[in-house]
Formats: sequence, structure tokens, C-alpha cells
Amino acid sequence: MLFSENLKIALRALRANKMRSMLTILGIVIGVATVVALLSIGEGATASITDQIQSGGSNLLTISPGRQEARFPGAGGGYRQTSYLYYSDYQLLKSALAESVSEIVPVYQSAYTVKFGDESLNTNVTGVLEAHKEIRSFEMSDGRFINDGDNKSQALVAVLGNTVAQDMFGSLSPIGKTIAINGVRFEVIGVLESKGASLGSPDDVVFIPIETGYNKLFGETATYNGKKTVNSILVSVMDTEGMDTVSAQIEFMLRRSHELKTSDALDFNIMSQADTLETLNSVTQTLTIFLGAIAGISLLVGGIGIMNIMLVSVTERTKEIGLRKAVGATKNQILTQFLIETVTLSLLGGIIGILLGVGIAYFFTVTGLISSVITADSILMAFFFALAIGMFFGIYPALRAASLHPMVALRYE
Amino acid sequence: MIQAQDLTKVYQMGDSEVHALNGASFTIDEGEMVAIMGPSGSGKSTLMSIIGCLDVPTSGKYELDGLAVENMGESQLAEIRGRKIGFVFQQFNLLARTSALENVMLPLTYAGFSGKEREERARKALERVGLGDRTHHAPNELSGGQQQRVAIARALVNEPSILLADEPTGALDSKTGVEIMELFQSLHKDGGQTVILVTHDTFVARHANRIIRLSDGKIVSDEINQNPIKAGTPRTEE
Repeated sequence: MLFSENLKIALRALRANKMRSMLTILGIVIGVATVVALLSIGEGATASITDQIQSGGSNLLTISPGRQEARFPGAGGGYRQTSYLYYSDYQLLKSALAESVSEIVPVYQSAYTVKFGDESLNTNVTGVLEAHKEIRSFEMSDGRFINDGDNKSQALVAVLGNTVAQDMFGSLSPIGKTIAINGVRFEVIGVLESKGASLGSPDDVVFIPIETGYNKLFGETATYNGKKTVNSILVSVMDTEGMDTVSAQIEFMLRRSHELKTSDALDFNIMSQADTLETLNSVTQTLTIFLGAIAGISLLVGGIGIMNIMLVSVTERTKEIGLRKAVGATKNQILTQFLIETVTLSLLGGIIGILLGVGIAYFFTVTGLISSVITADSILMAFFFALAIGMFFGIYPALRAASLHPMVALRYE
Repeated sequence: MIQAQDLTKVYQMGDSEVHALNGASFTIDEGEMVAIMGPSGSGKSTLMSIIGCLDVPTSGKYELDGLAVENMGESQLAEIRGRKIGFVFQQFNLLARTSALENVMLPLTYAGFSGKEREERARKALERVGLGDRTHHAPNELSGGQQQRVAIARALVNEPSILLADEPTGALDSKTGVEIMELFQSLHKDGGQTVILVTHDTFVARHANRIIRLSDGKIVSDEINQNPIKAGTPRTEE
């Protein structure tokens, strides 16, 4: 007996109970749509993060203090920073690496309350040098960035991130206005172009000259054992091939200046953009898989729904099965017929689900919420998953139908 | 041609055994028209299912056209049913929402005939039962008598050795029932078709040339009906 005939029988049986068929496949539709939409959105998020990080420059190394120890071991008592990077580390590296790096800057960042009139908000105040703008590829929306002169004169000037400017000033121009950071008055000299929000909040920040910060704002918190500390040192390497060498040089010099023995673990981290990318990608991938698995559970539930309905259908059609057997259908032919019916149901659900999922992903892209990327992989995976669900949950009802005794089935009322 | 020898059938009902057949022996030759009669519980349904290869006897021998059926497995039985038996049931058992033609084609589908040959043979079978103009009607668009004719066409389409009818007029009014009996007689007389009627209805049985009576799983009489009711005679109460 041909496949197409079985398909015809299956479609006729499904048409006979349109409402029931539709409700039955709903579980699969929802499951598949969710899987496809989530995978597409996950893929899109990964792509946009990759994009963003690469736009930050693939030749950037970030050095940050690395070792942290539990304050109360084992009891989840929080962490205390036990290793620091010093301003002197920056000075050391700057003079030693002048040949191989194009820029090297220190960053000190701390959270403060910023006030303008009645407006007040908490934000990260970051002490920087002029070269910071270049390294992070900032664009000015208004005014100018911190320059070397500001640092030399320890000027009380500030550059606002786009979000801060929006939140505090709204439509007003912030340039020339005076804001208070922890009570210290700063003049706003520039506003940054928005960097777009998806990784943290790069626009929720205020920049000041780092020298001004050390001398007039950060105070004692920025020093340790009488030495000025930094949160990170950004190094822009001249060419990407030299990254590993520079990274090794930095490690060597910092080990020596921090008086670490060769057996000691590093008390700082050197991260390249590639490392960051890898970490973030593995996070998004884990997230995507996790969400996909949840959607997979709804597929499983959908499959159980199909099995349930097929069992009802087998009972309802006992007489038909008896008749088919009486006119010469073998056990295998009955088995095939019902299996194809279940697979048709689940594939129908799968196809509708794929269309719906693609629609949802497309909707997200069009409305600009998240730019999703629909891959053939995710569609194929959803399709074969639906197929497998149909096979798996169809086999039991089909076996039940096939093993009915023809005489008993014919007499069933 | 059917040869049955000492057929028994025992069903297990919970703890007790039910002996539905207790050693039935008989022979039915090609071209005969036989009625198997008996009250309910006499074992006639069991006998019908064995004759129709729907089931195998617990013991005894059953040969259909020289083939020993009693030892056959499920798929062999299915194949024999498809090739040699044409069933007609009391409730017609047509597939709903399926045209008369497709209903008649069903046995050929399982027997593996090509689409074209199926349709041709199904059309012929429908013409034989006088429904050549109703091929595309679904069962719910046909009268009871017409539905039973479709069922008979379905039974004939494989050119079976035996046309096996189980209470074929049971769901029909008496006039239509007579028409159906007329059809069976003409198939037998004009086409030489072997017909076995399983019934509790004496009027139906008396259309046959031979009547086998069952009681308690045993054959109590097996007689030639010298004077079968002529086709088309209305039912008369005796």
C-alpha cells in the first residue's frame, strides 16, 4: 500500500474532526514556534553582541584586578577585593610598552549621586584621560571630551553619557550647566552619542578628568596603602598579531611589580576582546539552550496530547479497524496507517509552528526590539523534532490499533 | 471449497472456559448457497469467524481451497481474507465520508492493485449490484439497501471464493431485505458464486439450497433445502 494512500486516509480522518485536530496540534504549534523564535532571537542577540564588541576594537586589552576572596568562606558572605591595580602600574606599563602599544589609559570608576537642580540620580563616575575617547571610539553629540589640559589643571569638568544627559536635562542643552557630584561642582562640557543599549548600560555614565577625580572627588577610597588605585587599564595594541606578545609582556611586568612568585596565581586579569566575546557567546549560548529546552518541554506536552487523542481515535474507530482487517489489511498496514496519521498531525503542527515562530522572530526584528536571525538549522531542527515527536507518541496508539483482534473489533459497539 | 473437521473453539472468560464450538464437521462445495442457522449463543458467529479466517479454531482442521488455515499466522490470515473471502455485515460497515467507489476499492488497495485497475474493477462490481450510477455518493447519501449493495460490491470486488454474509438483512426493512436476498440468489445462480448466509432468520435461510443448523456449538442438522424461496417473494409469516 502506497504512502500517498495512507496520507489520504490520514488527512480524511483529520478533516473529519477539524476542531479536534486543530486543538491537538496546538501544543506542537506553540512548542515549535517557541523553539524557532527563541533560537532566532538568541542567534540575533549573539550576532549583535559580537558586532558591538568588535566595533569596540579587536586590538584592545583590558587589565583588571583579578583575585577576589570570600570574606566569610563558604557562607556566601560576599567578597572583598584583595588585589589592586595601581596608578603606578599604569605609569610603568606606559613607559615600558611605548613601542608596541598605540594607547594606554587608566580608568577609575565609582558610583556617586549626581545632582542638577532638583534632579538627582546615581550613576558611575569615571575618571579618564583624553585618549579614552579614541580607545572606546566615542562620538560626541555635543561639546567636547576631556582633554589633557583638563587633567593637567585638574579642571572640574564633566562629560555626560547620553542616558544621564537625557534623564537630567531632557530637552535642555547641558553644555555649560553646573552639576554636583557628591557635592563637588562640575561644569558640563560635552555629551556623548548613544552607544546603544544591550550590553550593560554604556550610556549611563559621567566622565571626569582622572586627575581631578583623585584630587577632588574620589578621596581615600581610591588609594590603598597610600597608592592610587585604578579599576582597569585599557591597552590599545598597534596590530592584532602583537596581542599575545604584549599580553605576555604585561603579565611579566605586573608580576614583578606586584612581587608575585612564579608559583603564585595572578592577581590581575588580561582580557582581550576575543576573550570577552567568547565569554559572552558562551553565556548567550547557554541561555539559548536553556530557553530552547523549556520550549522543548512544551513540545513534549504537545506530543502527549497527540498520543492521547490518537488513543481516543483508535477506540472510536475500532469498527473501522475491524473492517479494514476483514477486507485484508495486515497488522503492519494498520500500524503504518495510524503512525502516518500521528506523524501528519505533528508535522502539520510543526510546519504551522515554524511559520508562526518565523513570524514572531520577524516581528521582533521589524519592531526593532531585537534583531533576530532565522537560521535554517533552527527550522530543520524544529521540523525533525516534530517528526520525532509524532513517531514516538504515535507508535503506541498505532500498535494498539494494529493488535486489535479483527473479530472483536468488528463486534465492538 | 471448504472442508471443516472437528472444529472446536474455546474462549477463556475469566476463570471459566466457554466452548463456543464443540466439534463441527462439514464440507461446502464451490457454487453452493448455504445458510448457517442457529439461535444466539449457538456458536454461529464463532463458526463464521473461523470460516471467514478472522480467527483460527482451538482444535480441528479447516481447509479453504486446499489451504490449511488452522495453523496460519495473522498476516497470512489477512492475506487469505483479502483474496478469498468477501464479507457482508449486518451494519454494512462502510467507511464514512468515503465514496461508494472508494469503499469498494478498499480490499484491492490492501491487495496491492494499481490505482487504475482498482477503479475499473470497483466500477464493475458496483454495476453488478446495480449501483453503477452511485459511484461518488458517500454512505450517508445512500439508502440502507443501497449501502448494503455497496457492501456486497466491496465483498465481490476481489472475486472471492466465498461470499460470507452475516445477517445481511438484519438492519433493513423487509422489502429491502427481500431485494438484497434477490441479489444474493442472482449472484449465486448467474455467477456461480459460493454464498454462505449466517442468520437466525428462517425466512432468510430458506433462500439457500442447504441449511446447516447449529446448537450449543454442534451441528444438529445439515439438510438440502428442496424448495428454496424464489427470489423476490415477499416475506410471509409461517
